[in-house]
Amino acid sequence: MQFHKYDVVIVGAGGAGMRAALAAATEAGHAPRTAVLTKLYPTRSHTGAAQGGMCAALANVEEDNWEWHTFDTIKGGDYLVDQDAAEIMAKEAIDAVLDLEKMGLPFNRTPEGRIDQRRFGGHTRNHGEAAVRRACYAADRTGHMILQTLYQNCVKHGIEFFNEFYVLDICLTETESGPVCTGAVAYELATGEIHVFQAKAVVFATGGFGKVFKTTSNAHTLTGDGMGIIFRKGLPLEDMEFYQFHPTGLAGLGILLTEGARGEGAILRNASGERFMERYAPTIKDLAPRDIVARSMALEVLEGRGAGPNKDYVLLDCTHLGAEVLETKLPDITEFARTYLAVDPVTEPVPVYPTAHYAMGGIPTNIHGEVLRDNDNVIPGLYAAGECACVSVHGANRLGTNSLLDINVFGRRAGLSAANYAANHELIDLPENPTTVVEEQVALLLSDHGRERVADIRTALQATMDANASVYRTEETLKQALHDVQALKDRYAHISVQDKGKRFNTDLLEAVELGFLLELAEILVVGALERKESRGGHAREDYPNRDDTNYMRHSMFYKQGDGLKSEIRLDYKPVTFTRYKPMERKY
Amino acid sequence: MTAATVDRAASGARGDQPPVPDGAITITVKIMRFNPEVDSEPRWESFGVPALPTDRVLNLLHYIKWYLDGTLTFRRSCAHGICGSDAMQVNGVNRLACKVLVKDLMAGGGKHTTITVAPIKGLPVHKDLLVDMEPFMEAFRAVKPFLITYGNEPTRERVQSAADRERFDDTTKCILCACCTTSCPVFWNEGSYFGPAAIVNAHRFIFDSRDEGAQERLDILNDAEGVWRCRTTFNCTDACPRGIQVTKAIQEVKRALLFRR
Repeated sequence: MQFHKYDVVIVGAGGAGMRAALAAATEAGHAPRTAVLTKLYPTRSHTGAAQGGMCAALANVEEDNWEWHTFDTIKGGDYLVDQDAAEIMAKEAIDAVLDLEKMGLPFNRTPEGRIDQRRFGGHTRNHGEAAVRRACYAADRTGHMILQTLYQNCVKHGIEFFNEFYVLDICLTETESGPVCTGAVAYELATGEIHVFQAKAVVFATGGFGKVFKTTSNAHTLTGDGMGIIFRKGLPLEDMEFYQFHPTGLAGLGILLTEGARGEGAILRNASGERFMERYAPTIKDLAPRDIVARSMALEVLEGRGAGPNKDYVLLDCTHLGAEVLETKLPDITEFARTYLAVDPVTEPVPVYPTAHYAMGGIPTNIHGEVLRDNDNVIPGLYAAGECACVSVHGANRLGTNSLLDINVFGRRAGLSAANYAANHELIDLPENPTTVVEEQVALLLSDHGRERVADIRTALQATMDANASVYRTEETLKQALHDVQALKDRYAHISVQDKGKRFNTDLLEAVELGFLLELAEILVVGALERKESRGGHAREDYPNRDDTNYMRHSMFYKQGDGLKSEIRLDYKPVTFTRYKPMERKY
Repeated sequence: MTAATVDRAASGARGDQPPVPDGAITITVKIMRFNPEVDSEPRWESFGVPALPTDRVLNLLHYIKWYLDGTLTFRRSCAHGICGSDAMQVNGVNRLACKVLVKDLMAGGGKHTTITVAPIKGLPVHKDLLVDMEPFMEAFRAVKPFLITYGNEPTRERVQSAADRERFDDTTKCILCACCTTSCPVFWNEGSYFGPAAIVNAHRFIFDSRDEGAQERLDILNDAEGVWRCRTTFNCTDACPRGIQVTKAIQEVKRALLFRR
């Protein structure tokens, strides 16, 4: 066991984690001793896979203002958004983009040399009149550029990284005023050694859990580790039933094709070539928010209008954009279609179908990034930002580009809060035996206690989640999913890890990750079963309407007791309203 | 390679195999294995894997790890050529395992094909296909890969013409996968050479009109381990999974040094 002491420990080196690290190091007015722990190598995080852009009402190419952006975010989130948080995000978006540009981010430029902007789903002029050019972008590699730029600046400021350190637990110390976060425990992949990081403040920026689904845009490593750790500590997770399916994944593969393609004018068509979005969203058509487009695509297929030999996908038509636009503004997705489907978007429409993409829910925080332990109280010293967190700025459905915005605005806020907290507080003693949980977990998985294979359980999990808990859900399918997930948890108790070594044991790593996936899948399904309405990304065929009377509230999930099979307690938290009254959502 | 070869073709090392999809053929995947915990030197091991022509090589490695031998170790994350984790030698050429498909490797459409996989060259092997990236990242960090400016920042964004932005577009695509650097014969022989990736990232800033640190970086690259080591073999350009004109970028840095742009 090795022991380390820091002022601020950041868990995760994607956009939110590195933005937090930079804020702590350069903006807090003092320089707290900061360490970034990451399961991967820096620049491997899935922020780099984001493509289309980052919205901010710069008004560089047409009239815009942050209040319209706030409204779009709230309406896009089907009014489950906490409106104070959305207002902060839209307002601070402008500086967030300008900060990135000053850090060196190579945005595409207008003819005047300003940051160029393009259209994106659900982002409109004057409360829904028409699509607005709000997304600042760098070709279709905006996430890549953000990740690289943030890492470059971490190098510039000498930020300390612990690469391939897999955090598996946090340290909570009981005090007179309640639990306080005092550190994190990590498993070093290179050596199998356990490390304890005592810290005044810990920031979680661990990303999403898309790997509960089979068809997903998410990386193999997105297994909800941070959310799982928090949940196992008895702390709540919020709004986990809201999972976003991105409309345009490469059919059968799930690889993301940016909404920016439609922002540049690409059109979705069914088998007969019809531009079907005209029927579902007459005003902004293909640029409706993702939940609406994904459902429309699924309906086209369900009703027999799908394309291809099995009529199981629709077509993204970019052919009228011309080679020039595709090569300069959408080069990566053009290459993906060519490489993985052998389809050339310049001359043929691309087969697409919704792909599991983004968790709207996560670790509940307030607008300062402080983690909540119930509806009203925070855990001092614990912060979260990015996809693993739920502020909630995305409500029931996130608008495109708002995730890159979220990581920058709330990553920065969480980093600043953590640094300021660290400046004003002393180190608190760690709880007794801080490594016990991790040591026992690792020892159990490495012991001989069964013959179940990780891959078999994970494959079965992903199959039932795709079949029963994706774009459309019913009581029946969700009960099936719940039954399946619980049975898989039983099998997980008999899992066998073949690699017993200490050195880069990725076999063990996958077993640990699967435990988190099972935990989070069950929460998602329980939340979806209990929410008997349709709102944003959560579409119940048996309850097709939004029910503001009974369900205008956040879900809060708590783990009851220890062990993978413990009960989940569901509680509720009110939505914060400022000036926007819920309206029917039409586009 | 003199390493011994063990054949574990479809021996069912981990119980029942998942159903084989229609149209699959059996591919022999021959992998260079090395686990310093148990091996004194690298060895070759072969696995029989059912694969579709559209499978990525990464899928084959996953099949082996998940169903045949859980100890097989490699890095991977995004699985579509963006994160840069899974650079390795595939049939002797540096590739991302997630970006090369079985059909691209099948010679003459034969029924049975062998694919050879080995770690990228020139970096210490930690285990199997997983190498120590630190020497590579050190070279990257050494060229000051960040925007350097002096004086007050503007209130709004810095203005940059579309043409000035285009000037360094190619080198912004780098994902730090190390395919280029570990395909370079100079780097294999003299690990102290910065290598193509570091120079690419220096280029990205030297030719950025907003940057004021070109001179500092050029001084670093004028060093004995700098750009002059490049022998223009073009391996790096061929290896780059992002299609960056790596050799051209290195030549442009050389010219900038000669003419101190």
